[in-house]
Amino acid sequence: MSKNGAPWQENFKFSMLLYDARYRGLTIQISVLIAFLLAFFWLANNVVQNLADLGKPIEFGFLGDVAGYDINQILIDYTAQSSHGRATLVGLLNTLLVAFSGCVAATILGVIGGVLRLSNNWLVSRLVAGYVEIFRNIPVLLWIFVCMFTFTALAPSPREFRGADPEASMLFMDSVALTNRGIYIPEPLFSRPLGNIDLGIFFVSIELLLILACLIGGWLFVRKNNARALQIQNDTGERPATFLVNLAAMALPTIIILIALGFHIGKPELKGFNFKGGINMSAPFIGLWLGLTLYTTTYIIEAVRSGIQAVSKGQTEAALALGMRPGRIMSLVVLPQAMRIIIPQLISQYLNLTKNSSLAVAIGYMDLVSTLGGITLNQTGREMEAILLLMAIYLSISLTISVVMNWYNNRMKLVER
Amino acid sequence: MSNYEFVRTDMLPQQEPPSDTVGVIGWLRANLFSSFYNTALSITVLFLLGSVLMNAVPWVFLGIWNADSLSHCREIFASQYSDGREYACWAVVRDRWDQIIFGYSFGNLEEGLFWRPVFALLFVFVAITPILFPSTPRTLYLATFATLFIYPWLIWGGSLSSYLSIAVLIVAAGYVYQILSKYMISLFSIGLMLVFLILGLWLLNAPISALIHLILPFELQSIPSREISGFVLSITIGIVAIVASLPLAILLALGRQSDLFIVKKLSTLFIELIRGVPLITLIFVATVLLKYFLPKSVNLDPVLSVMILVTLFTAAYIAEVIRGGLAALPSGQKEAADSLGLNYWQAQRLIILPQALKISIPGIVSNFISVLKDTTLVSIVALNDPLGIATAVRSHTDWNGIVWELYAFIALIFWLMCFSMSRYSMYLERKLRTDHH
Amino acid sequence: MSQNQERKVDRSKMQVGDEVAIQLTNMNKWYGEFHVLRDINLTVNKGERIVIAGPSGSGKSTMIRCINRLEEHQKGQIVVDGIELTNDLKNIDKVRSEVGMCFQHFNLFPHLTILENCILAPTWVRKTPRKEAIDTAMHFLEKVKIPDQAHKYPGQLSGGQQQRVAIARSLCMKPRIMLFDEPTSALDPEMIKEVLDTMIELAEEGMTMICVTHEMGFARQVANRVIFMADGQIVEQNEPEEFFNNPKSERTQQFLSQILGH
Repeated sequence: MSKNGAPWQENFKFSMLLYDARYRGLTIQISVLIAFLLAFFWLANNVVQNLADLGKPIEFGFLGDVAGYDINQILIDYTAQSSHGRATLVGLLNTLLVAFSGCVAATILGVIGGVLRLSNNWLVSRLVAGYVEIFRNIPVLLWIFVCMFTFTALAPSPREFRGADPEASMLFMDSVALTNRGIYIPEPLFSRPLGNIDLGIFFVSIELLLILACLIGGWLFVRKNNARALQIQNDTGERPATFLVNLAAMALPTIIILIALGFHIGKPELKGFNFKGGINMSAPFIGLWLGLTLYTTTYIIEAVRSGIQAVSKGQTEAALALGMRPGRIMSLVVLPQAMRIIIPQLISQYLNLTKNSSLAVAIGYMDLVSTLGGITLNQTGREMEAILLLMAIYLSISLTISVVMNWYNNRMKLVER
Repeated sequence: MSNYEFVRTDMLPQQEPPSDTVGVIGWLRANLFSSFYNTALSITVLFLLGSVLMNAVPWVFLGIWNADSLSHCREIFASQYSDGREYACWAVVRDRWDQIIFGYSFGNLEEGLFWRPVFALLFVFVAITPILFPSTPRTLYLATFATLFIYPWLIWGGSLSSYLSIAVLIVAAGYVYQILSKYMISLFSIGLMLVFLILGLWLLNAPISALIHLILPFELQSIPSREISGFVLSITIGIVAIVASLPLAILLALGRQSDLFIVKKLSTLFIELIRGVPLITLIFVATVLLKYFLPKSVNLDPVLSVMILVTLFTAAYIAEVIRGGLAALPSGQKEAADSLGLNYWQAQRLIILPQALKISIPGIVSNFISVLKDTTLVSIVALNDPLGIATAVRSHTDWNGIVWELYAFIALIFWLMCFSMSRYSMYLERKLRTDHH
Repeated sequence: MSQNQERKVDRSKMQVGDEVAIQLTNMNKWYGEFHVLRDINLTVNKGERIVIAGPSGSGKSTMIRCINRLEEHQKGQIVVDGIELTNDLKNIDKVRSEVGMCFQHFNLFPHLTILENCILAPTWVRKTPRKEAIDTAMHFLEKVKIPDQAHKYPGQLSGGQQQRVAIARSLCMKPRIMLFDEPTSALDPEMIKEVLDTMIELAEEGMTMICVTHEMGFARQVANRVIFMADGQIVEQNEPEEFFNNPKSERTQQFLSQILGH
């Protein structure tokens, strides 16, 4: 370019839109955008036309209407008189419940399995490998069916608990009833209750809040205590024992609160044809939870195994050569490095498990898909709204999880040059 | 100070290791009983394994294959075994295996249609050989192209000419692209080619089809989509999804890697949107909502709609696999292509994509495995995949009460397919790693 | 070789003592059926600088890895600093904290800074107060001439710098014996010298050292004896001058002509 002629003073020719590096990208982008918008408006127009022909324009008012159906497992107050919106909320909480308990169980089993998979005991590591290969190569829906039907076929029906000489009996000192309708476990009760706080959408019991406060306080104390231990270690080299003090800090205040509130457990009891009292984990919940857990565990086992194996043997050897003990090598050298590989895989498995929990609809667990995308959809005939809302809710759950994951990945990036 | 001097005059021969470190005893010591903790673990595991097998093995191997119904099975157990226990009633598998595998449409062995899915699968094997074994002659890619049309013909039936006319139009569109690309930038020639293809399918399809029918008057009994069922349905959805999603996936991957802002954002939006929702909601979209998105004149049956949505779903996941392949290529490849004067699409087609796709094959295979497993979800919208058929069989009066036998059979077939493919993809991954060094 | 020409090695403190530092007696090791180490007999006195040479697969690395029990031997006896290596974990810990080791691939911990790499073992194994551990670490980092990198991560350093950090990390445990397992063979030529210089300085202070290395210039300048291994056994050992100028066995001559020939 000449020193006095600015590039913009060149004569603009139409062909420059295609053959000038400055405009070509723009041309392409605008064409793609136009094509996309055309396609989008075509689809949207079809929807509006088709729905208008049926006489049901898009509106979400149906969420306020009375739902009129029962839900067998609820975490917050719900009756058939509640609204479809409330049914959706109940379904969402049920989805989150099964997803959360599945993630917890799969993580525990997966970490144990991953460590056993790397055990130098041939039998154990082969057994875990066999489990992984069997469970991950068969569809999860099939596992959910198998778990569900095995549970309902093998567990005794409530009827068998009746009579003077019953065929079935309760477990753990008559506190847990395992029936084919679900598992009844004892519920915590308080003889000196403090009541509930109304949060508008649901109630929160004050006892629960108190216990939570105790646990958080205990946890803060543990952090402080560990920091103190580290300080002493830094000053003198000897690390004081913290385990017992930490345990006491976590447990003692909670125990005191429990005693003060008159904590006792309410055992489920057989009344008529079914058990009453206690907490009921319905059979579909058990089947779904077991199926999801067993399937996802295999992926977590592989994540843990690959994470630990990705830390080169040289790291362990170097630490051994410095005289460190195996336990410390694991916690100070291997795990911090393995975690960078394990945690992103773990989070993406949590995401998969949450998405797979939508298979609840196949066995009648009342999750989000069964309520909003199932009965509510069928009763109101609002397919478009119900399914779009359903997808939007799942999308926001997924996005939340991936934001957490990105934040973690950015924080844990290894510094390389 | 020469007290260090030492010279070995005769070399020591190789010796046997101490007997307790090799052989069966050495192996057992090292792998099962190396410490107290390990010994305890081994014994516990052996005990648990033993007690499980003690129950499972007789159930499987003492099962009954010859019976008409579950109650008949139970009579046989009562008369044959005195222990009063129940064993597997494999008779249900013997009775219904053809339905579960070939579906209602091809499963009736007397009608003799089952050769069609079998041949279709054989064609698929021929079609993938040139992709999996690069040493085979490249003319085999012709077979791959042919399979794209023969497979649907064998499954859906009808006149061969209606499938071949589409093939002819696609080949013609390819020529149109080649001619146009001499005169304008590639993106526009691609656009015009698509316009040509759509117009051709709309206007020219019928006459060309009629013309071909004069030369090749082959016709098979037509099978409506909703009757395709069993493992044939699962495998067909899986294959259609993978094959049809590849072009879209490549475009999405290139789009997400590109530095054109709008293109990149649109690709990312599509991929993340699809990956963020469970497949079942997309299947609902297919069966419930798709009809609203299309003009009234279009009438899709549920199987086709599900195939379309599963294809979009797969495309988002495969796009990510291919993006990984693109990212793994050294940047020198792109620079070398630029320095040779290739334009963007030439560079992609000739240099970048062949390498990126090769690295992506293991990922695509594992995606195929997931799609195959995910096809079971269609049973939720009342399509008859193997699980749907199992539900139907279980509600039949003869087999009411059967649980594990049916699911075990279906699980076994899924396992055989998925396990062998996953092993193959692991082998490919290892091979790719060693090829690179 | 040529890169050490300008440095004059000060041999005044390099004195071999009477005290035995390491004693291997009839030591044998197998990998499965393969006999990797055959009847190794070796006595190392305090202050000795030993270079072990030999073709790859001759068992040199395996031998020094047995000395701090990164590998287990199956027959014979290994005594380090008066402690016999058996299955007793206490003894193994004691030996490992007395013996420092440097690896071919450095094996720095990539998730810890240079300083944290250096104080990890002193604080957790030796129970040194952190402040003191940092002082020691900075002292040794200064000695290997990279104190200004202390707060960087290993990935940000060059190979030569990483290996010097690895040496400093071992020195922070104040070891009495140092083992070097091919410390320069993963390095670019211009970085070899900086690592060798660090090792020479260490030798000048009278450290007992065993080095597996192909740097014959280093062997001539620093070692008080050179051991040649082949097929899992010690074939020849001698003072460096004799070893290089007048090798006795045919295997040694062949080996030397290959590595010094061109």
